Amino acid sequence: MALQLENVTKQFGDFTAVDHLTLTVGEGTMYGFLGANGAGKTTTFRMILGLLNANEGKITWNGKKISYATSAEIGYLPEERGLYPKMKVEEQLIFLAQLRGMSRTDAKAALSTWLERMEIKHYANKKVEELSKGNQQKIQVIASLIHNPKLLILDEPFSGLDPVNVEMLKAAIIEFRNSGATIIFSSHRMDHVEELCEQLSIIHHGKQVVSGTLRDVKRSFGKQNVRIHSDYDLSPLDSIAGVTSTHKSIEGAVYQIESEQVANELLTAALKSGPIRHFAIEEPSLQDIFIEKVGRVHA
Amino acid sequence: MREFMLIFKQAFLTKARTKSFMITTIIMIAAVFLMANITSIIGAVKSVTGGDNEEILYVLDHSGELIEPLKAQFAAYEGDMTVVLSEESEQTLTEQVRNGEIDSFLTVGFDSANQIQAEYTSMNAMEFTLPMMIEDALQSIQTELKAEEMSLSSEQVQVLFAPIQFEQHSVSPSAKSEEELNQARGLVYVLMFLIYFAVIFYSSMIATEVATEKSSRVMEILISSVSPAKHMFAKVIGIGSLGLVQMALLGISGFIALKTTSSDMVDGFFSFFGFSNMNVGTIVYAVVFFLLGYFLYATLAALLGSLVSRTEDVQQVIMPMMLLVIVAFMIAVTGLGNPDMGYLKYTSFIPFFAPLVMFLRVGMLDLPLWEPLLSIGIMLLTIFVLGWFGARVYRGGVLMYGASRSWKDIKKAIQLGKE
Repeated sequence: MALQLENVTKQFGDFTAVDHLTLTVGEGTMYGFLGANGAGKTTTFRMILGLLNANEGKITWNGKKISYATSAEIGYLPEERGLYPKMKVEEQLIFLAQLRGMSRTDAKAALSTWLERMEIKHYANKKVEELSKGNQQKIQVIASLIHNPKLLILDEPFSGLDPVNVEMLKAAIIEFRNSGATIIFSSHRMDHVEELCEQLSIIHHGKQVVSGTLRDVKRSFGKQNVRIHSDYDLSPLDSIAGVTSTHKSIEGAVYQIESEQVANELLTAALKSGPIRHFAIEEPSLQDIFIEKVGRVHA
Repeated sequence: MREFMLIFKQAFLTKARTKSFMITTIIMIAAVFLMANITSIIGAVKSVTGGDNEEILYVLDHSGELIEPLKAQFAAYEGDMTVVLSEESEQTLTEQVRNGEIDSFLTVGFDSANQIQAEYTSMNAMEFTLPMMIEDALQSIQTELKAEEMSLSSEQVQVLFAPIQFEQHSVSPSAKSEEELNQARGLVYVLMFLIYFAVIFYSSMIATEVATEKSSRVMEILISSVSPAKHMFAKVIGIGSLGLVQMALLGISGFIALKTTSSDMVDGFFSFFGFSNMNVGTIVYAVVFFLLGYFLYATLAALLGSLVSRTEDVQQVIMPMMLLVIVAFMIAVTGLGNPDMGYLKYTSFIPFFAPLVMFLRVGMLDLPLWEPLLSIGIMLLTIFVLGWFGARVYRGGVLMYGASRSWKDIKKAIQLGKE
């Protein structure tokens, strides 16, 4: 059970939206798909769903092409809210579940479990437009997984949710993954991807700039971060060779360094200005990698 | 087929259950009942308010001989007209008319040739019925006077004015007799109007539905589960069935209303609109042309609706289509008086006009069977082509967002649909 994209290219006229994208999402894994706005994430998802055809390359799900015949196995959460505003929650979710091949009775049973789990049971007979944005997003999430899809495609699933709801949703998605589903999701939020995904890709202008497991991606990046908290002047440290960037904070500063040797020099230099309260060498965050690869402008 | 039924049901039920739909239907049914009972209602209102519309005609008689026959003439007429001899001068009466104290007055007398000469004065130059009545009355008074002068007996006068027998016959093979035509006209007109109304109403409903699904982005979920073509046709047929149900409800309530009303006008109404000997063929054709017209325009509307991404833009994009329907209706209406006109024959084979124009012809004339069949065939073909073309536009159109309001978008949508 795997989703495979091989050398997938999509052009709209002269514009290349997706450029030779290759990735494999194994069964029961979660794949993070990162990219700035307009990087080609939604186009890729639409190709996976079969709404658009690739100009080049092949997309297969368990070796088969994805078509309307497989739609029962697939769940999709579009980037923007995709619900009938005037339809009642229950009616709407049952309708969408039936479209994905579920029987009415099964849909009803699954629905009540999910509504309970998401703590929105009392909204079952409300119109979608009457709900808050966060609750609408919950409905949207239920719509994408009520029929127990084997492949779940989530385009920005956490947008518009408060931290409590984000946690609730994460738990649901992780549980879903653990039950054997294959999940691919896109996000702007690096921390979510870092927390949830075994594998990831960063795409920029349709090109895959980084891909692999989270650990490999971080290792191959080469750079590390040094965090120093001090009450004294740390400005002399900026000019040390091997420091690629500096972020000042209230407590001190974070330095991005090219190798571990530089960390020693930073420590020595910092102690020269005065005692320090905190010193740590940290792995690069996905945020750092993203900014480095995609550019500050898009962060 | 399963998905088709699901979308069909969804399109039909969610729309049928909306308050706006129910209210519209109820209002329409209420209007039908109101129309059927309108004379009884007017009668009831009149008897309550006492009916103060008794009219008085002031007459200035220069001859002194005309007032009595005039009174007698008006007494013979139905209506509440009272003729009163006025003693005022012409100036005073004119002034009174100007001030609105009286509605009008009449001056009568004889000219030098001893012919009746009359002048009617009122504020309103657009008044027709009363002056005509007066003219008729005076005319017959003059005839009577002259006959007396010439000492003709009343039999002789009757012979003089006896109407000739005049009948119109047409040798055109398609022509119905004048009587039949008059009977058909009412029915055809009512049904034509229903078709026209339904096509406009339900087509724009389709376009709005599609645009709403697009703007709420639920479309993306739908077409990732069901093919766009299937979605489009299920939608079109769903709303179409809704239309049929609504029309049937109207028809049934119309029938009940006319059957149960106490109004004595019903017989007149029935025969005036040709309902008394209702032609089953005409009704069948009405249903056929309603369906064809609906599918033709609804497919086009779905196509157009898929091009816009906001419901606000729907009206703009379906405007040209609406004009097409209106032109078709105008052509058909001009043909009500003379359905044999040449341009009607040609336009009845043009698909977008055919639902109304061919229905008019087939309802009013005895056409050879091949003519309506050919027209139906042409429409079916057009619907098929539009459906095929529409599905292609739709596939791309539903994925297209942004400010789209030109016909160029059709090309763009087809392009995107292929990709």
